[in-house]
Amino acid sequence: MGRKILFVTTDQQRYDTLGCNGGILSRTPTIDALAARGYRYERAVPQSVVCMPSRSTLLTGQYPSTHGVWMNGVPLPADAPSVAVELQRAGYRTALIGKPHFEPFVDPFALFAENSFARAGTFGPHRGFEHFETATHGAIGPLHYAQWLAREHPEAVGMFYRVLDNDLEVNALGGGDTGAPQVHDNPIPREWYHTDWVADRTISWLDSLAADDDWFCWLSFPDPHHPWDPPVSEMHRVNWRDVPLPAGYPESAAEREVLLDRKPRHWRAWYDGTVVSNYEAPLSWVPATMTADQVREVNARNAVEIELIDEALGRVLRAVEQRGWGDDVDVIFTTDHGELQGDFGLLFKGPYHVDGLMRLPLIWAPARNSAPTAASVATPVGLLDVAPTFCTIAGIDVPSWMEGSPLPIDDSDASTRGFGRVLTEWDSELFGVTVSLRTITRDGWVCSTYLPGTMHDGSEGELYNIVDDPLQRVNRWDDPACAAVKSDLIADLWDHQPAPRAPRIIVQAPV
Amino acid sequence: MALGAIRHHVVVEASADVVWDVVGNPARITEWFPGIVGCEVVGSTRTITTATGLTMPENILINDPVLRRFQYQITLATFAFHRGTLDVLALDDRRCIVVYSTEADPRAMAMMIGAGAAKALDNVKAMCKGATR
Repeated sequence: MGRKILFVTTDQQRYDTLGCNGGILSRTPTIDALAARGYRYERAVPQSVVCMPSRSTLLTGQYPSTHGVWMNGVPLPADAPSVAVELQRAGYRTALIGKPHFEPFVDPFALFAENSFARAGTFGPHRGFEHFETATHGAIGPLHYAQWLAREHPEAVGMFYRVLDNDLEVNALGGGDTGAPQVHDNPIPREWYHTDWVADRTISWLDSLAADDDWFCWLSFPDPHHPWDPPVSEMHRVNWRDVPLPAGYPESAAEREVLLDRKPRHWRAWYDGTVVSNYEAPLSWVPATMTADQVREVNARNAVEIELIDEALGRVLRAVEQRGWGDDVDVIFTTDHGELQGDFGLLFKGPYHVDGLMRLPLIWAPARNSAPTAASVATPVGLLDVAPTFCTIAGIDVPSWMEGSPLPIDDSDASTRGFGRVLTEWDSELFGVTVSLRTITRDGWVCSTYLPGTMHDGSEGELYNIVDDPLQRVNRWDDPACAAVKSDLIADLWDHQPAPRAPRIIVQAPV
Repeated sequence: MALGAIRHHVVVEASADVVWDVVGNPARITEWFPGIVGCEVVGSTRTITTATGLTMPENILINDPVLRRFQYQITLATFAFHRGTLDVLALDDRRCIVVYSTEADPRAMAMMIGAGAAKALDNVKAMCKGATR
């Protein structure tokens, strides 16, 4: 009998939202306890800051350039490699329960397998998962949670925020007390909400296993991704009026504009509402109109959603203990990308490679019977290192097609094995607006270079010293004093850039 | 709001006449457009049914065998505007290029139809490759 693996992901969660990472809004005792007995990564960096490319990286251990999912709406090829296939071959029982999003949700012609199972009343298999039970942020779409809610609690289907508006754009409609976009008072009972449903279904699947099965379960919570519509019954947990403004949100509009004007022009253009380069940012919402109270309310609701996740994970872990597996289970907790959540006066995400989107929670609590020594790891690591870590836990060779390495267990291990450089990509083409950038995180710097597109001529970039300037307020791209380090970082970035997959896969849906 | 637009093309190893026989016949769409499982043509109206159960009525605007252009408009209320155009252009006696473009409001609908259109062209290419008339 080997080590079992519980892989827990959230969607669009910042590093600083966990207690163990210094967060003060959410109470996260379950996740904090995992961090206390395991490895807590202080600079885990995604290879893309949107869902589909990043989730495909978690599954394949590959860069977006390699697996081919270069933006949301591009499906992961059906024959893409999968760590779940490798684990299944090694004898593991496998499941993904919750949000997958390797293929587009918006699928009127039923082109994508991921959306076919709930329609057919089946549960996979898919991409190496023998059990594939799906959910997303609300109660619509061809996923198991939506079908369950429509069948068991039809009165609740309309309680969620309507994610798309009549023009099929991401909704800008505001709600709550402040009118913040994508905020909504959801009267759904907590036990019907997708966070608890995902935990319930995970426990049910675990209960179906034999005691001596080895298993790999990807428990994938759709929250705290917008819309911010947790059950109203839970809103008492965090009073938005008591929420301090984030350090990255200057309350003065003049100060925000100065900071934005130091960055490539698509930053200010989005803020002013003249250009939207990511479909998931509401087209008709102008960030410059966002008030401080709206930032507070979004952060409060985000914190409530994270508390619910922590409690749901606690239930799953108790079920694992009750099955007698407590000493044999490795738990890895992370997310796919971050959320701006008020930084620079912005919400949501896009081609903005700063900590709000790029610094992620990542915790590995190894099986207790492996007697780990808890550590905090400051060396940068990537999400593409997660899949190889599963292989190591399972005692199988890391496949040659994986481009990451098993996560280091401390900074000494990271140094010995050559960690320290992490690459991130962004490419988007959205109704005539193209943005492409490549980013390297290394040696206390984050350096992004822009490729020619409709917004940039190829000369622009961003260079931040994340030690001296943790909020990335000062773009040192044009600072002569940084010319040498900039040159070195860019050369390193291009030296290690993976070749793009050819031919490029076409965008097949908005998301 | 500005219209959304997509355009895909494919080179087919078959004559333009062979390809036109397929794409110029509105009733044959179920043979090559993925996810369309039903089709009824009455006069200049075509009604298609998708694999998700969605029924979409369409007006056939142009069906010109000389120009080899087929143009249609989805009249579903979801669309404030839609126009889809298929052009078959002969490259020589044995090869042609097929261009499928869509303009739509809401603009996101152009993207969604575009996914099907791209796969549809691949299917046309496979169906017609080497065929003669």
